[in-house]
Amino acid sequence: MTKYRVNKTKHVDQTKIVSFNFDGKSYHGFEGDTLASALLSNGVHLVGRSFKYHRPRGIMSSGSEEPNAICQINEDTDLTEPNVRATEIELYEGLKASSQNCWPSVNFDIGGINNFISPFIPAGFYYKTFMWPKSFWKKIYEPLIRWSAGLGKSPTKPDPELYDHKHVHCDVLIIGGGISGIIASKIAAKNNLKTILIEDKNILGGSTIFQKNENYKINDKYSGEWIDEEIAELKKLDNLTIKTRTSLAAYHSYNYLLAKENISDHLPLVKRNGGIRQRLWKIRADKVIVATGAIERPLVFNNNDRPGIMLSNSVKKYLDFYGVSCGFKNIIFTNNDSAYETAVSLKEKGISVEMIDIRKKSNSKIVKNAEQLGVKIYWNSTVVNTFGLRKIYSIEIMNLSEDGSNVVGNKIRINCDCLAISGGWTPMVHMHTQSGGKLDFREIDQTFIPNEIDKNHINVGSCNGDFELEEIINNTNKKVKNFLKVSETEFDNTSVINSKELNKRNIWLLPNYISEGKCKSFIDFQNDSTAKDIKLALREGFKSIEHVKRYTTTGMATDQGKLSNMHALGIIADTAGVKMGTLGTTTFRPPFTPLTFGSIVGRSVGNFFDIIRKTSINEWHIQNKAKFENVGQWKRPWYYPINNEGLHEAVQRESKAARDSAGILDASTLGKIDIQGTDASEFLNRVYTNAWSKLGIGKCRYGLMLNEDGMVYDDGVTTRLGENHYLMTTTTGGAANVLSKLEDYLQTEWPELDVYLTSVTDHYSTASICGPNSKKILKKIFPDKDFSDDAFPHMSYQNGKIDEINCRIMRISFTGELSYEINIESKYGKSLWEKCIEAGKEFKITPYGTETMHLLRAEKGFIIVGQDTDGTMTPIDLQMDWIVSKKKYDFIGKRSLYRSDTIREDRKQLVGLLTDDPNEVLEEGAQIVSDMSKKPIEMIGHVTSSYFSPNLNKSIALAVVKSGKKMSGQKLIVPMENKNINVTVSDSVFLDRENKRINA
Amino acid sequence: MFLINCPYCGERDQSEFSCGGEAHIVRPKQPTELSDDQWAEYLFMRKNIKGVQFERWNHAHGCRKWFNMVRDTSNDKIHGVYKMGEKPPVE
Ligand SMILES: [Zn+2]
Repeated sequence: MTKYRVNKTKHVDQTKIVSFNFDGKSYHGFEGDTLASALLSNGVHLVGRSFKYHRPRGIMSSGSEEPNAICQINEDTDLTEPNVRATEIELYEGLKASSQNCWPSVNFDIGGINNFISPFIPAGFYYKTFMWPKSFWKKIYEPLIRWSAGLGKSPTKPDPELYDHKHVHCDVLIIGGGISGIIASKIAAKNNLKTILIEDKNILGGSTIFQKNENYKINDKYSGEWIDEEIAELKKLDNLTIKTRTSLAAYHSYNYLLAKENISDHLPLVKRNGGIRQRLWKIRADKVIVATGAIERPLVFNNNDRPGIMLSNSVKKYLDFYGVSCGFKNIIFTNNDSAYETAVSLKEKGISVEMIDIRKKSNSKIVKNAEQLGVKIYWNSTVVNTFGLRKIYSIEIMNLSEDGSNVVGNKIRINCDCLAISGGWTPMVHMHTQSGGKLDFREIDQTFIPNEIDKNHINVGSCNGDFELEEIINNTNKKVKNFLKVSETEFDNTSVINSKELNKRNIWLLPNYISEGKCKSFIDFQNDSTAKDIKLALREGFKSIEHVKRYTTTGMATDQGKLSNMHALGIIADTAGVKMGTLGTTTFRPPFTPLTFGSIVGRSVGNFFDIIRKTSINEWHIQNKAKFENVGQWKRPWYYPINNEGLHEAVQRESKAARDSAGILDASTLGKIDIQGTDASEFLNRVYTNAWSKLGIGKCRYGLMLNEDGMVYDDGVTTRLGENHYLMTTTTGGAANVLSKLEDYLQTEWPELDVYLTSVTDHYSTASICGPNSKKILKKIFPDKDFSDDAFPHMSYQNGKIDEINCRIMRISFTGELSYEINIESKYGKSLWEKCIEAGKEFKITPYGTETMHLLRAEKGFIIVGQDTDGTMTPIDLQMDWIVSKKKYDFIGKRSLYRSDTIREDRKQLVGLLTDDPNEVLEEGAQIVSDMSKKPIEMIGHVTSSYFSPNLNKSIALAVVKSGKKMSGQKLIVPMENKNINVTVSDSVFLDRENKRINA
Repeated sequence: MFLINCPYCGERDQSEFSCGGEAHIVRPKQPTELSDDQWAEYLFMRKNIKGVQFERWNHAHGCRKWFNMVRDTSNDKIHGVYKMGEKPPVE
C-alpha cells in the first residue's frame, strides 16, 4: 500500500493489484480505482498543462466535470482514444495513459513560456494577435496553435471494435442512480411501471454511498448504510432494468433520449475479444425523471489552478470511497457547510485539516462537529495567493471587509499540500434544458433551477435544487408520487436527521490586495480563461453571455463549462451591475459528455453503410467483368472492358457496336410506376408538359415533368397498357422522388382524381436492345411475332411470351437507334438477358454500360436529366419547346414558363459545341467564355456532357450557354489550366437529324 | 425527435416522416389568369413563423399518406394532426 492509501473501503479491493502506466512510468492501483484515484494514491497530482499558458495542472475533481486530467489512452494501438478523463476511466490491468497537453513532458515544456508572456495573451487573443500579416496565418500561426494546444491524437487505423444500437420503450426512465434516483426507481417499479434506471458510474448510490456521518441519518442509520439496503432491494425488482456504466448523451423532445453504455471499456485490452464495445440506447420513455445531481463549484481567486487544488467533495470521495488521501496537510476553503463534511471525514482519520470560510460564522451541527474535533477555522477569510509550481505547498490568506468587496488586515501564510475548495453547488440542469425546459434563478444560493411545465418529465434531488438530505428524500417522494399518480409509498414516513445550513455567503470573484490585472483567477481551467478576460470582454463592449463566452472561450472546452459557466455569469452580473437571474444562461447542447463516433454510427459501417441495390442481371455483369458505377443506391454496369481496355477504349468499341450492329443495356434500374384509375389520362395531362388524352392503347410517349417553378424535374417514356392503365418510367435516380411528388399532388391537390400509383421498379427487369440488327434479334426471340414497321411501329408496345413467361415488348429508343425493350418479371431477368445475348451472338451483340448510353444520347442531343439539367433549366432553355403543349390549359409548372425570369432571352440555354480540333475532348464542367480581353472574364456557360464520338469520328459536347440559342456558328473559348480551347456553337443534335435510324 | 400521431397508423417515430412545409396553400385553379406577383405569392412565399404553424407531413416510410399537423415551432409542441381536407383541430 502506498502512503496516500490511508483507508480501507469496500469499493476498492486492496487485495487485487492492478498495474498501469502513466506518462511512461509504471504504477500500481487496485481493482475499483479510477485512473485518477490510482494516480492520487501514488501521490501524482500533476497530470497536464493548461491550454493557453501551459501552466501545470492537477486532478481537480472525481467526475465528468474534470477539466484538467484529460488523457490519451492506449497510444500506439488501434484502440487509442484522446480526450478521456482520468476521473472516469476505471483502472484495468495494462492501461496505458499519457497527459495530452504537455509536450515534451509534463514536468518541463516549451509552451510554459506562454505563462510569462501572458500579459500579451488577453481575451480574444486568437482574434487579435493572429490577424496579420495574413501570410503568416497558414504557415506559422495555425501550425503553432495546433501544435502547442495538444488536443490529442485520433487513431490512424480503422476501429477494430463493434458498436451497437438498441431501441427501447419504457413507462419511466430515471436518469441518475443517486439517492433521489433510487427512491424514484423504487416507487416506479413497485407500482407496475416498466422502469429503466441509468447510471454513468459502475455502481449505484451517488455520493450518499460513502456517507458515514452522525449528522446525516435516515431511519437511524448512516445514510450510506441506508442506501446500501435500498440498492439491495432495488436489484430484486422485476419491473426495473438497471443500466450502470451508461451515461445520458442527449434528451430530445417527446422524451426521446440517447444513452451510451460502456460494455468493455473497463476491461483489459486482452479480454475484449472483439465483442461489443459500446451500445447506444435509443429510449422513448412515457415519463422521465431526471436525478442527475449537482456539481460542486470551485472558488475564483488568484492562482486557483495549481496541482493539489481540488474540489472539496472530490477530496472526500477519494478518501471515503477510494481510501486515498489527497494530502496530509489539508486546507479547505469554502463558502458553505458541505465542505465541513470533508473536514470531519479527514479529521476522523487523523489527517490534518484546517478551514478557511468566507462566511462570518456558522453554528450548524456539522460546523460544530468539526470544531469539536479540533479543526481550526479561519472565519471571514479568503485565499489571496497560492504557491508551488508542480504542486501547491503554501497559501496566503487575508480577512474580508464587511461587504466582502475587499481584503483587510495582514496576510497570513499557511503551508499545505492540498487545498480543497467549495463554492457551493450547481444543479445539473443540462438534461432539463436539453429537453426544452426553462430555468428560474434562485437568489438565496445563486442557482438556476428547473422550471417545470412539461407534464411528462420532472427533476428530483439536487439537480432540482434540493441540497439537504431531508429535502431530497421528502421532496423526491412527494414529487414522484404526484408524477406517477401513486397514493402511498414506503418513503412516506422516513425519519431524517441532517445538519441544516444556516448561513450563506457568495462572492463570485474573491477580492485581493494584488491588482486585478496581475491576478490569475481562473474560471475555465481547460480553456485557460480568467476573470480578467471576462472583464476585458465587457469593457470591449460585449454584453450578451453568448458573445462573452465565445470571445473569451469560457465554457467552450470539452467539459462544456460544467465548472465555469456560473462564475462567468456571476462575474458578468457583478461587473455590469445587473441581477444574475436576468442574464439567462448559455445554451446547454447535447451531448452532455462526449460520444464516440463508433457509438453514433453503430453497425452502419463497411458494407452496411448504405443499402446496395442490384438488378437480377447483376451476376452476369460481374461474370462478364463489368466495371460498376453507383447511381443512387444502384450498382449499374459502367462499361465492360475486354482484355486490358480502359474506359475510353471500351466505350468507343461499345458505342460503335451499338450503332453498327447491336448493343444491349440493362435498363432495370429505371423507375417504373404503375398508374391505374379512370382519371389516369387526365392525371398524366396534369403532370407532363405534353398531351396524353389521345395516346392510343398500346402506344408509348416520351414525357417531360417539371416542378411548379417550371424547371425540368424528370423525364421518361410512359406506355398506355389499357384504357385506364399506364406504366410510367422515370430516371434511375429520380424514381422515389417522382413517386412521392405524384402522390403529393394526388392526395393534396387533386383528391377528386381516381388514380392509384404503385412503384414496380423492382418487379420487372428490363433488357434494352438497340442497333440496326435489333429487329432480327427480337425476331429470333419471338419467332411468332410480326416485327414489321406497320405491325409493330416505333413508340408502341405488345405483349409477348418467352417459354410461356409473359413479357412486354416496347419499341422505344434511348439512343436514336432502332431499338426494343423487353420487360419481364424480375426473377426471369437473368435468363431473359442470357437469351438475348445468345440470340444476338451472330450479330456480335455488345453489352454496354452507362457511359456508352450517355455518349449515344449525347450524339443525338438527348438530355440526361441531372447531367445536362441542374434544376435551373426550363424545357425552353433545353430547346425542347416541341414537348410543351400550347393547348393544355394547365400542367405542373406551366404558369412559371412565362414568368418574367423564365422568359429572359439571356438565360443559359442548351447548345452543342464542336471543338476546332476534332480530337480535342472538352472536360465536363469546364467554363465557357466569349471575351477574354475584359477582366474579370465573364463566364457565360459550362460544358455538361462531352465525348469523343466514334460514330462521327470527332469530339462532341453539350453545354449550357447564356443566349446560346442565338449563337449558332459563333466562336467561343473554353479556357483550361494550360491552354485555351476554341469551340464553335452548333446544333445540339450531332447525328441523324432526320431520325432515319429509328426505322432503319 | 418527435413522436407523431399519424392519423392512419398512430404514434410513430419522426424518422418515418418527412415534412412538406406550410399547409393550406392551395394550388390556384386557374394559374394562367394570375399575374406574376400572384403566382410568385403561391410559388415562393411562406410564412415560416416562430410559434404555432400549420404544416404538411408525409408518412413517407409508413402508409405514404399526407396529412396536416399543428406544431409550435418555438418549442416543438404538436397541438394536433388532421387529415387532408379536414378542418384544423385548433385555431
Ligand atoms: Zn401512417
